[in-house]
Amino acid sequence: MKYLLSRYGATLTGGMILATFVWLAGMVILPYLVMADFSLRPNLLPADLGSDKDHYTLDNYGTLFRNEIHFVVFLRTLWGSALATLLCLCVAYPVAYFLAMIATPAQAATMLLLLVIPFWINEILRTFAWFIILAYNGPLNGVLRLSGLISGPIRWLSGSWGVIAGMVYAYTVFMVFPVYNAILSLDRNQVEAARDLGAPLWRIHWRVVIPHAKPGITVGCILVFTAAAGSYIVPSILAAPGTRWFTEIIYQWFYEGQNWQQGSAYAFLLLVLCLAFVLGMMRLFRVGLSDIAR
Amino acid sequence: MSQEVALEGVTRRFGEFVAVRNVDLTIRAGEFFSFLGPSGCGKTTILRMISGFIEPTDGVVRIGGRDMRGIGPNKRPTALIFQNLALFPLMPVWQNVAFGLEVRGVGKAERRKRAEELLAIVELSASADKQVADLSGGQKQRVAIARALAVEPQVMLLDEPLSALDLKLRQHMRAELRRIQQRTGVTFIYITHDQGEALTMSDRVGVMSQGVLQQVGTPLEIYNDPATPFVASFVGEANVFAGTVAQTNGTMAHIETSSGTFKARVGRGARSGEAAMLFVRPEHMRLGDAASGTANHVTASFSHAEFEGNFVNVFCDGGLRKPMMAQTRSDPRLLGLAHGEALPMGFDAADAVILPQGDLARE
Ligand SMILES: Nc1ncnc2c1ncn2[C@@H]1O[C@H](COP(=O)(O)OP(=O)(O)OP(=O)(O)O)[C@@H](O)[C@H]1O
Ligand SMILES: [Mg+2]
Repeated sequence: MKYLLSRYGATLTGGMILATFVWLAGMVILPYLVMADFSLRPNLLPADLGSDKDHYTLDNYGTLFRNEIHFVVFLRTLWGSALATLLCLCVAYPVAYFLAMIATPAQAATMLLLLVIPFWINEILRTFAWFIILAYNGPLNGVLRLSGLISGPIRWLSGSWGVIAGMVYAYTVFMVFPVYNAILSLDRNQVEAARDLGAPLWRIHWRVVIPHAKPGITVGCILVFTAAAGSYIVPSILAAPGTRWFTEIIYQWFYEGQNWQQGSAYAFLLLVLCLAFVLGMMRLFRVGLSDIAR
Repeated sequence: MSQEVALEGVTRRFGEFVAVRNVDLTIRAGEFFSFLGPSGCGKTTILRMISGFIEPTDGVVRIGGRDMRGIGPNKRPTALIFQNLALFPLMPVWQNVAFGLEVRGVGKAERRKRAEELLAIVELSASADKQVADLSGGQKQRVAIARALAVEPQVMLLDEPLSALDLKLRQHMRAELRRIQQRTGVTFIYITHDQGEALTMSDRVGVMSQGVLQQVGTPLEIYNDPATPFVASFVGEANVFAGTVAQTNGTMAHIETSSGTFKARVGRGARSGEAAMLFVRPEHMRLGDAASGTANHVTASFSHAEFEGNFVNVFCDGGLRKPMMAQTRSDPRLLGLAHGEALPMGFDAADAVILPQGDLARE
C-alpha cells in the first residue's frame, strides 16, 4: 500500500483501488446478491407482485428436501463428484510423482505436453469422443471382445459410470498440476533418507511424499470436485437416461421451468455443497489458506 | 556393533566418464575412516556405492564380508547422513529419530523411549517435541546423527555433514562426532574436502584425486610421508621445486632444479634421470643464521610476513612461480625486515621428499 502510494501517487493509487472495488462489486458481488435476492422470493404471477404473497421465504431451498427425485440427484452429484475426485487423485498422483521425481527433464516436458494437448480440443468434442468409445457397439467393447476378455458387449453408459469416466478423463489434469508442483519442491534426499532408514516404498509415500504434497493434493481435490459438481457438458452427453446431474436440474428450472427463483436457490445449494467440500478438505488435511496459496 | 567395509576393484562410470577408478581398500571394523579430496573427485560416489544407492560398474563392495551386489539401501546395515541432513520437516524431532524404528514395526511407546535415549546421547533431550525448523544448525546435525544411530547401523556414512556449519560449531561438532563414534563403536566413514577435519578426527585417511585413491594412511603418515605429489600439495602447505633426479643413493637422492641442486629423501617411485618434484613443509624451512647449518641452501629475498601470534609465516621470492613460505616462531627481527632484503633459506635433507612428477603435471 505504502509502496503503491510512493510509486504511483495518491490519485492513481486511489483510482486503482476504486477500480478494483468496482470490478469486484460489479462483476462478483452484485450478481450474487441479485441471485440471492431471487432465491429468497417466491415465483409469482405478475399480478401477484407486490401483493402480500410477495415476501422473503426459504421455501425455494426447502424444495430440494421435499422433492425426493431432486434430492437423489443432489446426492448422486455429491458422491459422483467425490468419486471422480478420488479416482483423479489415484491416476494423477503416480503421474505427478513420476514427472517430479523420476523423469528426466526431457521426458517431463514431453509428458506435460501430452497431458495438455487434449485440452486444445473443445470439451464437447472430447466428451463425444468418450461417448463413441464407450458406446454399446463402440471400439472399447470391440477390442475387449476380440481379445476374448468378454463374450458379449457391456453397456458402459448405463448409470453414472460413463459420467465418472468422462470426468476423470477431463479433470485429471487439474489434479496433476498442483500435485506435481507440490512434489517438485520435495528434497529428493528426504526420499533417499527414508529409503536408507529401511522404509519400503509405500511408507516413503505415506510418511514423506504425501504429507509434503498435501497442499497440492488439497488444491487438486478442490479443483476437480468443483469442476465435476458444476459440470454440465459431461453428464448431459455421457449420462444414461434417468441419471441426471444437479446442474441439469438447475438448467431446467431456469430455461424450461422459467422459475429463476427456484433455479437460483438450487444454484446456491450447489455452491454451498462445493464450499462445504472445500472447507471439509481443508479441515481433513489440516491445510490453511496460506498453505494453498503457496 | 560394527563391521568392516571392503572395496575390491571398485569402479564407477557415468557414461564415458570414470568417477571412481579401481579402488581397493579395507576399512576396519570400528574405525573412523575419512575420504579426503577436492570437489568432484568421486567421494560422494564412493559413499553412495557403499550405502547402495548406486552400484559399482565393476568390482565388489563387501560389508562384514558379505557381497552387497543387488542389495538395496534399505537392506544394508549402513546409515547415511546426507550433506544437507535431509531431516523430515513435517515430523517433530522425536519422530525423525524414531523413523527407522517405525519402519521396523516398533510400537509407539517403545519408539518414544528409544528416541529419548538417542537424543540423550547427542545431548538433545529437551528438544524431543520441537519442530525440526525450530532447531539450530548444530542441533539439526545431532538429530540427523541420532536418526541414523536409531537403526543400529554397523557402518555410519557421513557426507560432509559439517560443511554447512560455521567454524566454531564445526570444531565443536568434530569433537562431538569423535566422541559418539568412540562411544558407539560403529565404523564411521566420513567424507570431507577439509584436510583439518580429516586429520583431526580420523584413525586413517584416504586421499582421492580424480576418482583415484592416491594414498591411505594415518593422518601422520599422510602428512609426513605423502605418496604422491598430489597428496603432498593437497594436504598441508608445501614449497615445491620441480627438477630432475640426478643420482639416487639408497634412501637419499639429489635433484637438480632451477634453484640449485638439493639433497632429500627419495619418495615412492622416484628414479634417477626422471622428472620429479621436491616438497618441503613451511615449518621445515630455516631462515637466516639457522639456514647455514642445513644441507640445502636457497638464495631468496624477503617479500612479506604474516604475524599469526605464536608463529609467523614468512614469504620469500626465490625465482619460483609461487613465493616460498617458511613458518617459524615469532621473532621481532623477521617482522622488521624490508621488502627485497636478502634472506638465506635452507632445509635439511631428512625434511624434504622427492616424488615423481606423475599426475600433478597434468593439473
Ligand atoms: N549421476 C551422475 N551422472 C553423471 N555424472 C555424475 C553423477 N554423479 C556424479 N557424477 C560425476 O562424478 C564426479 C564425482 O562426483 P561426486 O559427487 O562423487 O564428487 P564429490 O567428490 O562428492 O564432490 P563434492 O565435494 O563436490 O561433493 C563428478 O565429476 C560428477 O560430475
Ligand atoms: Mg559430494
